[in-house]
Amino acid sequence: MLYREAGDFKTSYAKDQALIPIRQDRVMLYICIAIALALPFVANDYFLGSIAIPVLIMVIAAIGLNLLLGFCGQISLGSGAFMAAGAYMAYKCATAFPWIPMPVSIILAGIATALIGLAFGLPAVRIKGFYLAVATLAAQFFLLWLFTHVPWFVNYTMSGVPTPPPATVLGVYVTGADAPNWAKYLFVLAFCAGLTWIAYNLVRSRIGRTWMAIRDMDIAAELIGIRPLWTKLTAFAISSFYCGIAGALWSFCFINTVEPTAFDINRSFQILFMVIIGGLGSILGSYFGAIFITLFPILLNSAPAWFGLEIPGNIITNLEFMIFGAMIVFFLIAEPNGLARLWQLGKEKLRLWPFPH
Amino acid sequence: MAETAETLLTVENITLRFGGVKALTDVSFDIRKGEIRAIIGPNGAGKSSMLNCINGFYHPQEGRITYKGQTRKQMRPYEAASQGIARTFQNIALFRGMSVLDNVMTGRVLKMNSSLFEQAFFFGRARSEEIAHRAKAEEVIDFLEINAIRKTPVGRLPYGLQKRVELARALAAEPDLLLLDEPMAGMNVEEKEDMSRFILNVNAEFGTTIALIEHDMGVVMDLSDRVVVLNYGEKLADGTPDEVRSDQAVIDAYLGASH
Repeated sequence: MLYREAGDFKTSYAKDQALIPIRQDRVMLYICIAIALALPFVANDYFLGSIAIPVLIMVIAAIGLNLLLGFCGQISLGSGAFMAAGAYMAYKCATAFPWIPMPVSIILAGIATALIGLAFGLPAVRIKGFYLAVATLAAQFFLLWLFTHVPWFVNYTMSGVPTPPPATVLGVYVTGADAPNWAKYLFVLAFCAGLTWIAYNLVRSRIGRTWMAIRDMDIAAELIGIRPLWTKLTAFAISSFYCGIAGALWSFCFINTVEPTAFDINRSFQILFMVIIGGLGSILGSYFGAIFITLFPILLNSAPAWFGLEIPGNIITNLEFMIFGAMIVFFLIAEPNGLARLWQLGKEKLRLWPFPH
Repeated sequence: MAETAETLLTVENITLRFGGVKALTDVSFDIRKGEIRAIIGPNGAGKSSMLNCINGFYHPQEGRITYKGQTRKQMRPYEAASQGIARTFQNIALFRGMSVLDNVMTGRVLKMNSSLFEQAFFFGRARSEEIAHRAKAEEVIDFLEINAIRKTPVGRLPYGLQKRVELARALAAEPDLLLLDEPMAGMNVEEKEDMSRFILNVNAEFGTTIALIEHDMGVVMDLSDRVVVLNYGEKLADGTPDEVRSDQAVIDAYLGASH
């Protein structure tokens, strides 16, 4: 960085424990928030609607899985299904109780998803690792089956893929077909920022430490007095809460339909890749991962055109898959700890720059 | 220090079996409040199994454990921890991905009671507890002289320091009974001296009762008030270091028998 921590002395534990202890980092954060808020004024509609909104929503889902996998060490392949649960719960809530403000409906959907996650997290009490991964696959298939085959979840809509009801916040439509992209963007941004802040609070508090203790050495954690059952289940519940909110936003503010195909097993893997490539156990890494995984295919898709190459669309799509796959493999070999680790290494190097030691 | 004859913990007729293997057979001894009690014996004698029974990680098939006047057939880990039993491990069992400070703070986890809601929004008890417990954690860090490494991830520390951090994590719980499983294994002479000093200081300053497994006889004889000797899961001898040292059975089994 262009600054050093030297001279920034702390005189109380409260100051040392602040979320962002270094002043320059705080300034950076304020600049980032200012840019995020200014985006609707400068960016075009395509960027807001097709890039910024899905990235922010996937950030929420990636943070959710990261809390579970990166901080508590419990693997889940059901994140897509939990997103679906959030979407359907939000739809049910918004249609059954139209008087509930939309943000509250979405939070209620998150809470309902947390309860579902709690149920599917129960196997984690007895099994670990790959076996747990397979057990959470059950959630993926069962929940999607449930939502496609029980018409109650879609209010008996004939097509089976209902459109979320339009709703306003402060007089502006944030969901439905009429909602402008800038309003949807700000709505999603508010959720993303709030949930990021909560995630940071959780991991620096007692509950975050108990998660990490279970992840690093579950036997020692148990003998310290941490209850593995309770700790793992809270991680599952909170992770599902995040995924549920992400799913609700995905349906309501991005694709504008409530449909199961948006939340299939590929979605679960996509979130898993975001967490792994971004960096396990790093909330900032979830941002990196979500941005990378969402934007990279778009970049690959449009790159040939920049160089004046005319490649047929189907070849581009296949090339995209190949390059993307190769990148992931290369990346995992080169830096298994993800983009967050690269960021940290870069910062450490720059602190000493231009000296080698 | 052992002059207060009040008993903190009594184990009576403990038998622990793993399938057909008897790890402990009919072992009884007591630990008095404020003493340093050593458990010694050759490899495989059942010393660690004994500690695991005391803090509830293993459940003995027979026998009784009386702790703070309450008699139980077996302890449970959560129960043992909440009643003030802390321990360190033979093979370091630190939380490797966390910093030293976070490890020590995790040792205090049972003393924090803020709700999930308070923690999520970091207000009220969550905020005040973080600060109050940080002060307590810093006292322990100060006591064990690991100030300089408090923000280092534990995985990066050398072995000797990791052992010390593990002691810090156990001490952070402000235990009444501290179980140390080979706290000096693999250390050099200076590190052993440091660790011995810390153990004596913990015992003297906080009045913590300590049960200690150690192979270095010099250390055991110097530190402990009373020694219990196990061999093949059975109790061989029990008494002051001098008594144990002159016990013929112990000498034969362990200390100085010629092979």
